[in-house]
Amino acid sequence: MIPPKFAYRRAGSAEEAVSLLAEYGDEAKILAGGHSLLPLMKLRLAQPEFLIDIGRVHELSYIRGEADHIAVGALTRYHDLEHSELLAAELPLLAHASGKVGDPQVRHRGTIGGSIAHGESASDVPAVVLALDGTLVVSGPSGVREIPSSEFFLGPFETVLEPDELLTEIRLPRPASPGWSFQKLTSRAIDWAIVAVAVQGSSVGLVNMGSTPLRATATERALADGASITDAAARAAEGTSPFADRNASPEYRKHLARVLVRRGLEEAAGRAG
Amino acid sequence: MNVTITVNGEKTSHEVEDRTLLVHHLRDVVGLTATNVGCDTSTCGACTVLVNGESVKSCTVLAAQVDGDEVQTLEGLAGENGELDPMQSAFREHHALQCGFCTPGMVMAATSLLRENPHPTEEEVRAALKGNLCRCTGYHNIVQAIMSAAESAEGAR
Amino acid sequence: MSIVGTRVVRTEDPRLLTTGAQYLEDLRLPELQGAAYATFVRSPMAHARITGIDVSAALDEPGVVAVLTADDLDDIPESPPGREPLLAKDVVRFVGEPVAIVLTEEHYQGEDAAELVSVDYDELPAVVGVQQALTDETLLFPDKGTNVLSRGGAKEFDDEAFADCEVVVERTIVNQRVAAAPLEVRAAAARWADDRLTLWSSTQNVHGVRDELTGKLGLDKKAVRVIAPDVGGGFGAKIGADRETVVVGWAARRTGRPVRWVETRNENLMAMSQGRAQLHTITIGGSRDGRVQAYRLDIVQDCGGYVRMGGMLPHLTMLMASGVYDLPRVETAFRSVVTNTTPIGAYRGAGRPEATAAIERAMDLFAAEIGMDAAEVRRRNFVAPDKFPFTTPTGATYDTGEYAKALDTVLEAAGYDELRAEQRRRRERDDPIQLGIGVSAYVEITGGGPDAGETARVSVHPDGTVTVWTGSSPHGQGHATAWAMLVQDELGIPMDRITVRHGDTDVLTEGVGTFGSRSLQIGGTAVRNAAVEIKERARELAAEEMEADPADLVLDLESGTWTVRGVPGRGVPWAQLAERAGPEGLSADTTFATDQSTFPFGAHVAVVEVDMETGRPRLVRHVSVDDAGPVVNPILAEGQRHGGIAQGAAQALFEEVSYDEYGNPVTATLLDYTFISAAELPSFELVPMETPTSVNPLGVKGIGEAGTIGSTPAVQSAVVDALGHLGVRHIDMPASPERVWTAINEARTAQ
Repeated sequence: MIPPKFAYRRAGSAEEAVSLLAEYGDEAKILAGGHSLLPLMKLRLAQPEFLIDIGRVHELSYIRGEADHIAVGALTRYHDLEHSELLAAELPLLAHASGKVGDPQVRHRGTIGGSIAHGESASDVPAVVLALDGTLVVSGPSGVREIPSSEFFLGPFETVLEPDELLTEIRLPRPASPGWSFQKLTSRAIDWAIVAVAVQGSSVGLVNMGSTPLRATATERALADGASITDAAARAAEGTSPFADRNASPEYRKHLARVLVRRGLEEAAGRAG
Repeated sequence: MNVTITVNGEKTSHEVEDRTLLVHHLRDVVGLTATNVGCDTSTCGACTVLVNGESVKSCTVLAAQVDGDEVQTLEGLAGENGELDPMQSAFREHHALQCGFCTPGMVMAATSLLRENPHPTEEEVRAALKGNLCRCTGYHNIVQAIMSAAESAEGAR
Repeated sequence: MSIVGTRVVRTEDPRLLTTGAQYLEDLRLPELQGAAYATFVRSPMAHARITGIDVSAALDEPGVVAVLTADDLDDIPESPPGREPLLAKDVVRFVGEPVAIVLTEEHYQGEDAAELVSVDYDELPAVVGVQQALTDETLLFPDKGTNVLSRGGAKEFDDEAFADCEVVVERTIVNQRVAAAPLEVRAAAARWADDRLTLWSSTQNVHGVRDELTGKLGLDKKAVRVIAPDVGGGFGAKIGADRETVVVGWAARRTGRPVRWVETRNENLMAMSQGRAQLHTITIGGSRDGRVQAYRLDIVQDCGGYVRMGGMLPHLTMLMASGVYDLPRVETAFRSVVTNTTPIGAYRGAGRPEATAAIERAMDLFAAEIGMDAAEVRRRNFVAPDKFPFTTPTGATYDTGEYAKALDTVLEAAGYDELRAEQRRRRERDDPIQLGIGVSAYVEITGGGPDAGETARVSVHPDGTVTVWTGSSPHGQGHATAWAMLVQDELGIPMDRITVRHGDTDVLTEGVGTFGSRSLQIGGTAVRNAAVEIKERARELAAEEMEADPADLVLDLESGTWTVRGVPGRGVPWAQLAERAGPEGLSADTTFATDQSTFPFGAHVAVVEVDMETGRPRLVRHVSVDDAGPVVNPILAEGQRHGGIAQGAAQALFEEVSYDEYGNPVTATLLDYTFISAAELPSFELVPMETPTSVNPLGVKGIGEAGTIGSTPAVQSAVVDALGHLGVRHIDMPASPERVWTAINEARTAQ
């Protein structure tokens, strides 16, 4: 299988990538690790005329501890997130969940920014960023803007990113509560999650429970109101409308959300000590 | 466009179409045919090679993306006189291949695994192979071979 | 000491592990220089009338050499009506059916050009699944008046058979459609020169490919040469020449230019023959003491859009219906129907796994109904060891078997009693992870049959080396190693001097190939017989050389030399005798054939853990006895069993080819088709057992498919067993998390 023809452009810097995007507009796609985009192109489900490769923009690959948050460059690979000592100490949820994405080969290429910008609701890391109350930093022709992750995802493969904007950084506040958990149920180990759940303290992110990554808001409210974990988890599927596919019916997904949220909250509580 | 890649230690430089996938570049331009295409969707891992020492699926990488990088394929593992490297030997001793189609990718994935985790448990080996499919062996002997390669590397240390 | 029976690492491997094998796509032969690349235009519709094809835009595309459609097939015999055509002409009957072939200068130009071939379709209602096919509301072949294209077995079932049974259980179960999915997809290359077609094919049988080419292209047998390069797995789905392969051969002649073709995985999952796809209604009756008195198997075979092997497979299923059991009454019948889906062919086991899955499910259902341990019910119904050869009510004559011994051996190896104890403990404490134990016992049929034979040529050269040509067609099984072991064992020539070759119809003009677990028992025997023949000729030559009576000559297997009995001194080496035999050396051609099949058997225990909240099952142990007689090379036999177990477990737990209501395949990539990986499997526990047959001089049966046949029902049964305490009796395959969860819910609601 061969991707349709396109013209390849390599950006040397984030700035250059933004100016190439401005030049080619809608006809262009950013190529990071390529592990979401190239398979789609080979299946001819995506046919951009230009690919702007940011793979060499090393300035976008970093994990840094800032005063009140952890800053992760958009081009940071899953492999680097998985093995980061800083994340292991400060945001183990992100390190652990990154290690569950795809397979080792995919993690050697796939990037956090690519996954978030792709807007796939079955993808693990966007829901983790959501659960961590992350902020997405985006560069465009008119400068830099910061978007709360809760406002970033619009629908299947749809985000608030404009065609001429580049996701450059993910800012993750240091969590108030140390307890965390990542629960993922798949058919095969390599498959996308049927449902996955990311828990940090009493924040809960849901993977594949709708057209975007979600927060389990009813559960979070119940916890805030003092409900038990069991009772709060029973509300995990409220307000969600998951898809039916070959792996699962919506009813099953809702059931899994309740089970995995309960397990996640219990594990997080155990870790918090 | 022109891509310059060091393949198995030798510098190669070729003019290629922008959309050229690394696997086709290696097979059809550089002329190394051990690396196979098994699925096109980066699922099966038959196309696994090492880029700068790390396993990647060469059917999902453009040749242009690895311009300037080092690529290692199955052909680059054996010694100068053809002696098998420890992973290749372990695959043979443990009958870890039948039709051989997944083998180049499997050996490269296993090589990458042991570089990152020299003492994996069986469970870790199995998890690390989830992106390398084999239809013949049921994986039993592949897992045994990798465990044994890890042990022999341990012994040699 | 004989090398046969010892663990010899494969001679094939150094090449495969260093430069890689030479699969079809790897061929860089001068004969294929300048070959055009073939890309097929395939139907996006499951069922439609073709109203027009416009190739002009494609022809204008750079690099396009030709675009050929059914209308261009005017120089070959017309395909008979109702049969699968080479390229679809008026009607397409499954998504992925080839409609046109596009030839381009460059590989990368193919898909671009194929997209530009414009085919107008008038959509027809799609028939998906056997139930819909049986209504005959939409017909795939209106001239036939029905979608049921063949039927057989009992014309009418006799309910009297079950009248005296204390207990009768009936159930409809699905043996779902699965994809063979060899890791190397289908591929072919062809060259027409000097009025001859040379075709390279990724195949399990070059002779079968040649015969299909000669028939379909109207060529003389001598005008076709078929060569198999290394083949990256087949599993039954690479038997013979698929329509694309024939079209590639035709296109090379038509255009006068070499053509090469490799499909994509997406095409492979739409157009390569798939397997199983049977619907079973099983009825089992017997007494509460565990004796089964009657068994009925009613089969509906989904053939897909055309009948490839869908008419033949149910016959094998019927033949093997009663399995390892001595049952007084057995009734079988089948209907084969066409649907707008990928055609069905052979897949590892081909008809026998379906028979075993049905009878083993039936035994479990019967055991559950009478409240008896599933292993014990089996034991009470086995064919007793003193009854062999045993002819079943469906007409199979089993050669040898020790069914109770196989079961007892595997139960002991698995620690069956302790597993049951652990299961009880988990049930008592209502553990969230329940344990399921599945037991299966099986017998299958391999090897012989009318016209089934195999060819071999063994040549000892004047330099003392040996070339073995085999009509078998290995694609991973390790025949180069095993055949060399057999020859070393007969001739005393060390196997490093023996080269085993296969896959060229110009060298061995006749042969059969590798499928149906036939190679060692038929092809291996042919090789062994050729070696024996050579030995007898060598005896004569050695006698001349040493001026002795042939009867006094002895072959010393350690040194590989001939000596005269009782006369000390240096013997005559093989090289000298080959030299003496003349410029051709010492050579023998043999064909071994037998009408008698062999019947490998065994028993498996699968242990599954089920997460009772999510329903997710996990195979944690798999223990097997697979008895195929004496083992030539244990590592090869174990490898066959490992692979077989994995594929069988995959059917039980993961794999299923599915379609939406319009006949669109929804599992046409390996992202969607859940091909099992290492992460879903445990290491396997294999227990040896060898019961020889007298059907061939090696005493061997086939081992290629046994593991698959035994493992599927054991694993399926283990999942059901984990929920047995809730009253769950059956879950259709694959036992996906949601199916298991649903079964748990339904059982709890019913309680």
